[in-house]
Amino acid sequence: MTNEIAPLTDPGLPEHVHRKADVDERAAKKAERQVGILFLLSVIGTLLFIFSYVGIDEDTFIFVPIMGTTNAHQLFLGLGLAMALFFIGMAAVHWAKTLMPDHEVIDVRKEQRSKDEDRADFVATVKERSAEAGLGRRPFIKRTMGLALGLVGLSPILLLRDLGPLPENELNETNWAAGTRLVTDPGDRPIKPSDLEVGGVVQVQPAFPEGKERHLDDIAKDSVLLIRIRPEEFNLDAERFSWTYEGIIAFSKICSHMGCAVALYEQSTKHLLCPCHQSTFDVTRAAKVIFGPAARPLPQLAITVDSEGYLVAKAPFNEAVGPSFWERDSK
Amino acid sequence: MSARERVAGNVANYVDERTGSAKWLKKTLTKVFPDHWSFMLGEIVLYSFIILLLSGTFLTFWFDPSMREVEYEGSYEPLSGLKMSAAYASTLHISFDVRGGLLMRQIHHWAALIFMAAMVAHLMRVFFTGAFRKPREFNWIIGVGLLTLGIVEGFLGYSLPDDLLSGTGIRIAEAIIQAIPVVGSYLAYFVFGGAFPGEMFIQRIYTVHILLIPGIFLALITAHLMLVWYQKHTQYPGPGRTEKNVVGYPLMPVYMAKAGGFFFIVFGVTAFLGAVASINPIWIYGPYTPGQIGAGSQPDWYMGWLDGLVRMAPPLETHAFGYTISWNILVPGLIIPGIIFTGMALYPFIESWMTGDKREHHLLDRPRNAPNRTALGAMSITFMLVTLINGGNDLLATHFDLSINQIMWFSRIGVFVLPPLAFVITKRICLSLQRADRELVLHGRETGRLVMLPHGEFIEVHEALSPERAYTLTQHEQPAAIAPVVEDENGVRNPKGAKAKLQARLSRAHSEQIAKPTAKDMLEIENHH
Repeated sequence: MTNEIAPLTDPGLPEHVHRKADVDERAAKKAERQVGILFLLSVIGTLLFIFSYVGIDEDTFIFVPIMGTTNAHQLFLGLGLAMALFFIGMAAVHWAKTLMPDHEVIDVRKEQRSKDEDRADFVATVKERSAEAGLGRRPFIKRTMGLALGLVGLSPILLLRDLGPLPENELNETNWAAGTRLVTDPGDRPIKPSDLEVGGVVQVQPAFPEGKERHLDDIAKDSVLLIRIRPEEFNLDAERFSWTYEGIIAFSKICSHMGCAVALYEQSTKHLLCPCHQSTFDVTRAAKVIFGPAARPLPQLAITVDSEGYLVAKAPFNEAVGPSFWERDSK
Repeated sequence: MSARERVAGNVANYVDERTGSAKWLKKTLTKVFPDHWSFMLGEIVLYSFIILLLSGTFLTFWFDPSMREVEYEGSYEPLSGLKMSAAYASTLHISFDVRGGLLMRQIHHWAALIFMAAMVAHLMRVFFTGAFRKPREFNWIIGVGLLTLGIVEGFLGYSLPDDLLSGTGIRIAEAIIQAIPVVGSYLAYFVFGGAFPGEMFIQRIYTVHILLIPGIFLALITAHLMLVWYQKHTQYPGPGRTEKNVVGYPLMPVYMAKAGGFFFIVFGVTAFLGAVASINPIWIYGPYTPGQIGAGSQPDWYMGWLDGLVRMAPPLETHAFGYTISWNILVPGLIIPGIIFTGMALYPFIESWMTGDKREHHLLDRPRNAPNRTALGAMSITFMLVTLINGGNDLLATHFDLSINQIMWFSRIGVFVLPPLAFVITKRICLSLQRADRELVLHGRETGRLVMLPHGEFIEVHEALSPERAYTLTQHEQPAAIAPVVEDENGVRNPKGAKAKLQARLSRAHSEQIAKPTAKDMLEIENHH
């Protein structure tokens, strides 16, 4: 293992070189003064901190180059604190470097391993003591103890059961149903096809009956994007085309990859882009994935208009919205 | 005896009579620590942790970890009257209506970034110098645990304010949980107390963020430091430094002053950053709602590589018998990170197996003298950098006017091609540096002085190295590769022959070296002159 060829000899620790402050009393005095001045700078920092806390109004704004308009209260509070701390540190380090002894000290290092007799002693003790406990001779105790210790860990796990309800079928469901009106988000107004120009895009939610409040949980699965293009630009099969209305197509806004809001619509290419992981969906081809990590198109919501001419859902989503999960039937 | 000495003596006597600690304390106060700038990286981690505890405690006095919906009535006008969670509202309150609150929030966030950065730098120092070798494998594993926990802790921390950006991060974490085969949707429902986002997760991650993980941190850091203390610090090689000694400065007074002073310096610098450099301005993002998102959504840097991996994953899902497996989430989100961190934790054992080296090591390696290890490190760093770049592909695209698709394809290919390339190049560089060392020791330093010899030839005068420097450049071991035991002396095939062959092969790669100059070489050169 080790090198067979003779290495160069170790010349040993180089001779200690004295610092100026070690030999010259005037240099030492100077270093002492420097350390003192550094401590005093820290005192000034604390004073600045106190002054900023009580003396500078919290809504005082000043202009500082590079930083722009800045809250003076927070800025000087921070600078004071920074000074107060930093210069204590500098003083201590400067003190150590100039005035404290800089002789290197040698300490011996022992091997981590214990001496052989200590190890043998240890093994003997363990054997002797475990024999005293008599586990080897009393297998019944050993087995029941193992069983008890193994099972006792189940209780805390069981206690965690009530952390949440079971998912049941919730991940497959949304608040969309046949005939649900599309309402603007924000605003909660029903919309007519004429409200949306070609090239336009609007975020909608399902209309809720009077008294039902919309929670974030609802928004997390109901959010839908309405996009209007010219009908002849669609490249859809007959069924999917029948889900659109006069060039208006509706997709779940919740990304089929990891559930971010697919918020970026590029009008010229008719692409939807998710800002989280850049999955890109082609609106004209039923949100087919054309780039990025998403493996499925955004679910499409079939829409039509009701008797009053407002946009409504023709049917609920025919698949689960949002990211994949084990029980998801992705066909 | 002066009055002061008498008081000190009385105190010491009082304590010792009750604890019997005089001997131990004396030993402790004179304990020797080797000095090197790179040993301060771990100190920065420790000090940032203390800063995090202090500033974090301050923040808890006002932060309300609740998703209860409130109407904002604080002094930040643009959000006035908006509905938001109490968590977000109280974060705004800390930022705008508590004196020094914004400063403390920014110090806390900066300290977290410094904590993680210093931890990674410390890890690299330990890796490249071989400080993880026997007897320090436990400490390496504790370190990997701290790093993993640090990433989780940081993520939970910036998720607490419940702003639009952090909510998006939580949504992605939920998608990863949900993607776990068989139990994913159940786990997600347990974690969030129902459907995403529910009304529970802020208070839950709050307890984890301020109690559970900091507690584990405290325990692990204590164990880490006790081991450093007990095993004594490693030292860089040099004249007078051996495997059997430790050369440096005593704890009292030099190290106390230096390390204590350094704590204040780190705190001062963090406070300065908190004062002048805005970080995570949550009031710009607005409160979280799952229906919206900000463009350029970015996690903190220590999560960036993970996000980059997820971004570059190919769109693969398996659909069978009515079930779905999302490889595009599982592979980059769980499997690859799992392999990376497990591999990292096991590396000391892998290297010791490759080299067959079971001895203790207290002298550090110069990275060039362990070319294979250094190359492995460079390879891993390159992998991380490519994924990190891809994690910011949208920002790169907008800042440098590039196409996201191009950056994504660069990363998808680069993540396979560049790390091996980095390995080869780094190994060559290490060997070249070894060659340069050999030249330097044998022929001395080029002085740049040209001398004309009597017969007209010009030569450059070389100056011999000092014995100290020559020793430093040649003190390292160059162990030979181990030979595979394919058959024993009776010609019986080793049942573990394939494993032995693999070990020998790796050992050969690991022991590739440029022969260092020996005393004999030096003598020959002298005789020539």
